[in-house]
Amino acid sequence: MGEFNKPFDAIVVGAGPSGNAAAYTMAKEGLNVLQIERGEYAGSKNVQGAILYADALEKIIPEFRDEAPLERHVIEQRMWTMDDRSHTGMHYRSDDFNEEKPNRYTILRAQFDKWFSSKVKEAGALVLYETTVTELVRDLSGKVIGVRTDRQGSPIMANVVVLAEGVNGLVGQRSGLRDELAPDTVALAVKEMHFLPRETIEARFNLSGNEGVVIEAMGTITKGMTGTGFLYTNEESISVGIGCIVSDFAETDVTPNELLEAFKNHPSIKPLLADSECKEYAAHLIPEGGYKAIPQLTGAGWIVVGDAGQFVNAVHREGSNLAMTTGRVAAETVVSLTRKREEMTAANLAAYQKRLAQSFVMKDLKKYKGIPELLHKNKGNFFGTYPKLLSQAMQTWFRVDGIDKVSKEKAIFRNFRETRTLWGMMGDAFRVVRAWR
Amino acid sequence: MHIVVCIKQVPDSGQIRVHPVTNTIMRQGVPTIINPYDLFALEEALRLKDKLGATVTVLTMGPPTAADSLRKALTFGADRAVLLTDRYFAGSDTLATSFALSMALKKVAEEFGKPEIIFTGKQTIDGDTAQVGPGIAKRLDYNQLTYISRIVETDLDGGTIRVERRAEGGLQVLETKLPVLITMLEASNEMRRGSIENALIAARADVVTWNAQAVGIEDLTKCGLRGSPTIVKKVFAPTARTEKAQIVEAEGKADARAAALVEAIFAKAPAVESDLLENAAQHYV
Repeated sequence: MGEFNKPFDAIVVGAGPSGNAAAYTMAKEGLNVLQIERGEYAGSKNVQGAILYADALEKIIPEFRDEAPLERHVIEQRMWTMDDRSHTGMHYRSDDFNEEKPNRYTILRAQFDKWFSSKVKEAGALVLYETTVTELVRDLSGKVIGVRTDRQGSPIMANVVVLAEGVNGLVGQRSGLRDELAPDTVALAVKEMHFLPRETIEARFNLSGNEGVVIEAMGTITKGMTGTGFLYTNEESISVGIGCIVSDFAETDVTPNELLEAFKNHPSIKPLLADSECKEYAAHLIPEGGYKAIPQLTGAGWIVVGDAGQFVNAVHREGSNLAMTTGRVAAETVVSLTRKREEMTAANLAAYQKRLAQSFVMKDLKKYKGIPELLHKNKGNFFGTYPKLLSQAMQTWFRVDGIDKVSKEKAIFRNFRETRTLWGMMGDAFRVVRAWR
Repeated sequence: MHIVVCIKQVPDSGQIRVHPVTNTIMRQGVPTIINPYDLFALEEALRLKDKLGATVTVLTMGPPTAADSLRKALTFGADRAVLLTDRYFAGSDTLATSFALSMALKKVAEEFGKPEIIFTGKQTIDGDTAQVGPGIAKRLDYNQLTYISRIVETDLDGGTIRVERRAEGGLQVLETKLPVLITMLEASNEMRRGSIENALIAARADVVTWNAQAVGIEDLTKCGLRGSPTIVKKVFAPTARTEKAQIVEAEGKADARAAALVEAIFAKAPAVESDLLENAAQHYV
């Protein structure tokens, strides 16, 4: 039994992108790592759109493209502003994205996470599945020294516990490391997987080979709530989903299911899904509180990475890359302390936050720190009034009906002014610019 | 005591789909599980281990990925895992499978001691034949107890075992001499949750891996597709029934409602009415 009492260099709670990044990085550097995942296998509980941002993974596993299960590389981004019958799109497509090492991929998380987890094991970490960490174990000074699980037996000890437990972060909450999630800082997203033959997908979206398209949509599709919809092309399926802030759902009484059904039946989306078979549906929370919602990230013997640390850039729909990056940076911090034989004290682990502050993670989140609140407070305008006005303007502009263009311009401007007053619009513009900078 | 549990990794049948055009089973991306019936066998072995002290070896034949199922069996508390894997085994029917497994079991006996009891589930959910267990028993000259719902008593000194066997029309209590092969019935017990120590041991454990040569198989024509006389002539997906259940609404007393129901049935199936009338004419006139 002596073997069990020997503390691990690190225990990682969770096998999502951040946990796998952390466990892989530490194990590869020779640390004795135990990773504990509650799902039957890595990826069995994990849900995402899902887009993989290559850069973050490349910094961990440079040759990942040769082995990871990837669906399509993204060559086209469509940004849609929608009202109930129309969408106004800004599309960017470039053959430059058909590069040797593409920048973004669509993935299926169940397969991708399984692969990532196999790399973690190859690197030498010990991985337990179907095991839930229930609480942190502390010594008399309050330092975290291990974890207890839902399995019978003694607690497992480690020099440091990396909390990669995901958005709900129950272990951290239960252990008093952070507050319960506030309903206005977290989104509930639902999605479905629709299967279609790959030729149909390629014809429908104007693709060839493994090229892929991403559609991000906002507007009246969220029925006045703060949120967005999306549609991603996979190899032989389409991921379609929509998500809104939880407190908005509570206020409006709209169910996520109604929202997704309406989105799928929108005249701009419906033909893209025609004749497909829905084979999978999932729901998940997304931390969208941004910079202001980031909890305490380190303490004596513990360190937080990924969704548990609210590392999501809601404006740019980035999350998994922040998760992998924070996982890697936390691991590098632990590795360097272990090498120097230094203690995992709160002061020493704070080096993680310094490293993050210098990375895109904190710089981006800081840049957009005002956006979540701004959008949420003015949701009626940003997700209802403006999308409608834009659609009406486009329709007036493009409909040929014998009315002269000067009158059309006047009509459009009048419509904007009457619906949202000049001062209102200027105020919104000012607030957006200020929050964006 | 040494107990061997033969398990099989099978596709999770709840998630399998039949290809609408080719009628073949679409296995791609379907998660695998331990054959559910085998879990009752494993739990029964672990209970004997708790009660009498025993070493429990789990054995499977399958592709290298079947090691996942073995590792999972270790998390429940089994002591040792053996994987029999070789491309020559691909396409085995029950005859070839029981041959290969019996050879592996002989090797297990040599290496780790002769098993007093070999457990299997009553059948697998992908083949549903229930032939491999008895096939192994026959080849190893073990007594066999099939469809066992309970182990009543194991007398190690006397070398006997008494069990309950579910049979048509009743319950049989059987006693036989060890060594024995037992196939366990579903719902005979409930699988435990392994301790954290078991989980750690399982994560660290090396799975003993043998190929055909390692277990002393010289005649490869007895293995895999070549050693399998079973031929799959046709695979088809059952067509969904198009007729729907009909609800007959009627009010009034029981007699009136029964009459309305009979009338509805006769209206739908006139043959039933004529048959009944003919029958009544023969018997009651």
